Amino acid sequence: MRRGRPFLLLAVLPLGGCQGWQSALDAQGPAARTLADMFWIFLAILAMVWLLTMIILVLSLRRRRPADADPLATNPDTERRMTVTISVAVGLTLVTVLSLTGLSYAAQKVLFARKDGALTLLVTGQQWWWEVTYEDSQPSRVFTTANEIHIPVGEPVLIKLEAGDVIHSFWVPSLTGKMDLIPGRQNQIQIQADRPGLYRGQCAEFCGLQHAHMGLLVIAETKEDFERWRDRQVSSATPPSDSHRQRGMEIFLSKPCVMCHQVRGTDAGGKVAPDLTHVGSRRYIAAGTLETTRGNLAAWILDPHGIKPGVNMPAVRLDPDEIQPLADYLEGLK
Amino acid sequence: MSPDELRDDQVDGPELTARLAKTWGTDKGIIGALSTVDHKVIGRRFIATAILFLFLGGLSAILMRMQLALPENRLMGPDFYNQLFTMHGTTMMFLFGVPIGEAFAVYLVPLMVGTRNIAFPRLNAYAYYVYVFGGLLIWVAFVLNIGPDVGWFAYVPLSGPEYSPGKRADFWAQMITFTEVSGIAVAISVIVTVFKFRAPGMTLDRIPLFVWAELINSFVIIFALPAVVTASATLMMDRLVGTHFFNPAEGGDALLYQHLFWFFGHPEVYIIFLPATGWVSAIVVTFSRRQAFGYIALVLSLIATGFLSFGLWVHHMFTTGLPQLGASFFTASSMLIAIPNGIQIFCWIATLWDGRPVFRTPLLFIVGFFFIFVAGGLSGIMLASVPLDTQVHDTFFVVAHFHYVLIGGNVFPLIGAVYYWFPKFTGRMMSERLGKWHFWLAFIGFNATFFPMHILGLMGMPRRVYTYLPEMGWGSLNLFTSLGAALFFASFVLFLYNIVSSARRGAVAGPNPWNAGTLEWASASPPRPQNFDRIPVVTNREPLWAHRDDLPVVAGLSVENREQLVTTVTDARADLRETTPEPSIWPFIAAIATAILFIGSMFTPWALVWGSVPLALALMGWFWPKPSTEDER
Repeated sequence: MRRGRPFLLLAVLPLGGCQGWQSALDAQGPAARTLADMFWIFLAILAMVWLLTMIILVLSLRRRRPADADPLATNPDTERRMTVTISVAVGLTLVTVLSLTGLSYAAQKVLFARKDGALTLLVTGQQWWWEVTYEDSQPSRVFTTANEIHIPVGEPVLIKLEAGDVIHSFWVPSLTGKMDLIPGRQNQIQIQADRPGLYRGQCAEFCGLQHAHMGLLVIAETKEDFERWRDRQVSSATPPSDSHRQRGMEIFLSKPCVMCHQVRGTDAGGKVAPDLTHVGSRRYIAAGTLETTRGNLAAWILDPHGIKPGVNMPAVRLDPDEIQPLADYLEGLK
Repeated sequence: MSPDELRDDQVDGPELTARLAKTWGTDKGIIGALSTVDHKVIGRRFIATAILFLFLGGLSAILMRMQLALPENRLMGPDFYNQLFTMHGTTMMFLFGVPIGEAFAVYLVPLMVGTRNIAFPRLNAYAYYVYVFGGLLIWVAFVLNIGPDVGWFAYVPLSGPEYSPGKRADFWAQMITFTEVSGIAVAISVIVTVFKFRAPGMTLDRIPLFVWAELINSFVIIFALPAVVTASATLMMDRLVGTHFFNPAEGGDALLYQHLFWFFGHPEVYIIFLPATGWVSAIVVTFSRRQAFGYIALVLSLIATGFLSFGLWVHHMFTTGLPQLGASFFTASSMLIAIPNGIQIFCWIATLWDGRPVFRTPLLFIVGFFFIFVAGGLSGIMLASVPLDTQVHDTFFVVAHFHYVLIGGNVFPLIGAVYYWFPKFTGRMMSERLGKWHFWLAFIGFNATFFPMHILGLMGMPRRVYTYLPEMGWGSLNLFTSLGAALFFASFVLFLYNIVSSARRGAVAGPNPWNAGTLEWASASPPRPQNFDRIPVVTNREPLWAHRDDLPVVAGLSVENREQLVTTVTDARADLRETTPEPSIWPFIAAIATAILFIGSMFTPWALVWGSVPLALALMGWFWPKPSTEDER
């Protein structure tokens, strides 16, 4: 497989800083924190049970009978002692699992309680990207984006989950547990972030060829930043001002791109692929796979199957002098 | 039957042995080999085939670990990787996990209950051939690059007609049908053997624990497999004839498939684990030099496990958005299964505690089983909790968990069982020195492979991904895991070498090299076609410990005909003499006809109609009336 350039070496995030950016134990929201605490409690109790069992097992391997003892002979005292010990052990096991069940149920009550929030999103899973629609009581304020979710810090956000084709699963570990997106059903999940930051997630239910590259990014920001972002997203694409990008737009509109993609404010109105109205403002393209740079945009357009084999985007034939303006135009859609 | 028929109270010694061997023997040549109904011949093939599939499944795992060793590795594409993990799961579950337990039952149960052949020996032979054809079907498809690629679970709609065009998913669904037929047939044979063919005096509380385990297991198989037959058959109908069972647009339901699949899928893991409890019981008792502590508790735990295993399938579906209260019921029932499993573990430890453990290779692997299986069981408690499961479900944490319980709970006891019964199967001992090396290599390799996966899952690595981005920070643990997998695989190569070299050059084993107490050790090693010259009478749970040199026997069975003793179900009083079928080629032909019908029905529903004609002809040959030698009393 050929690649235009070693994109993945361009990881801007310093390696140390992203160690936990998709980790269930790096909790950045109330739900994930409850779950992480629960995990440690379970781990402590269960590790103790394991250790105790193993100590008794090792002790049991000492030889207590004489070599010539009759294997069928039993000592009633020993039998009784062992029966009592085992009964106590089974009783303790029962108490342990019942308490863990109770703990689990109590946590469930807290975790799945719906808090009232101002913001509701609809996320639709597609092979292999996430369509994100921000709902609003005013129809003109409703907009659609892809693979990148912005949320205000400290507020619960309700996400409705639907699937466009097969089953997917929405999972942003540092915010909360996962929930499946199932065709013909609607599930819901609530997320909340404590502090501004980037929280990565990815599809957790096997959904075909590119299940591995179905990432998404949750960006938590302050209320003001979020509102500013949202206002920009609602607006249509600004027409390019320089001739170079203008040419890029013409190329875009004359190619098959428009059959699938939408750029609001132009004639491109395709609905089956990610909305590109503000694609330049998103940090990643190809569902969390490539940083949004001109080079990566060009590479993705020229050879999507080299980067994500099996993806639904076709490779578009472009003349050499068309690539640069097109990539520049898309990158300029902030 | 004629009154002048020779009976085993009229001859004795070598002459009796030779005559019985002639009556019960298998003919020479290829036709003889395909006609045989000897449970030991079929059982040997069954075990060898299942272990071959274990190696094939292991090879596919090694290829996957090579691909995952480095981020964005370009060794293979997603298409091939998806086929690999599908083949790995499917092979390990359907072609190794379930059959290996049944294979051991086919070989050992008749010996352990003291009879000469399994009930329905022709059905048993047929079941083996059907299983082989099912395994061949899917592996040939894989080699031709048309193997299934939707996972061993084949969730709809991904496996449905719209998102999996072609025949890939059909190969998977039809392979299920093959293994179903085979599994249910063997289960029926085992149940009837245990109920009706026990040696006189083997009352219910004298049945060896291994036989109990296989009996309960057979019942679980009979009740669980129809659910997956329904799932795979309705999936094929959706794909082939345009039904809409799972199509939400037409009123179907994608979750219905998951319920059907897991209603089988969870009992399935107990179907894999229950026979292993039998191996553990047998080995712990023999190498503790003490009868099992808490026999009744162990048997009741087996039965409880069998029942409870049907009550917790929903814990595979905690993230599908089911009602919360219902889900927490399944939390409780999933955790409760820890009780019978705990009782078994405690009873085995008590047996060792009061015994005099002999540290030979089989016992080493059982100690390994305790370490690994208990750890896996405890991570299972985490998964049973609905909230915790939302974080770890479908991640590498789950992969780690079920490899701990399946490899710890099935493969380690299996290796112990192979070391333990190898002298009975072949008449030679396996190398003890290699066995020690094998154990440590397997134990360290296993933990190096699977322990880091817990951490990877918590770090956010989902299952079933063919690659991952370097910036995710999963690279070093994956590399470590892949190196561990190489070590673990090496242990299996050593195992194979030990098997092959010991079969040719191992020390000759007597009938009872471990000084064990159950009946299979009363027969020669390897057992003669008739198993026992005279049917033993059982007075104790460990007959060979109770009667070291003078096992009491029954006399009066025919020497010239294949006659078996039928006993009553609960207290095993001698009841009838019954002849058991002679060898026949028809089961093999019927299996071929079945294969034609099943494979044809992947392409056209009419195959069910026209394919039934050759099958009916084969069954006519199979059941063609023969002059009866029965004498009813």
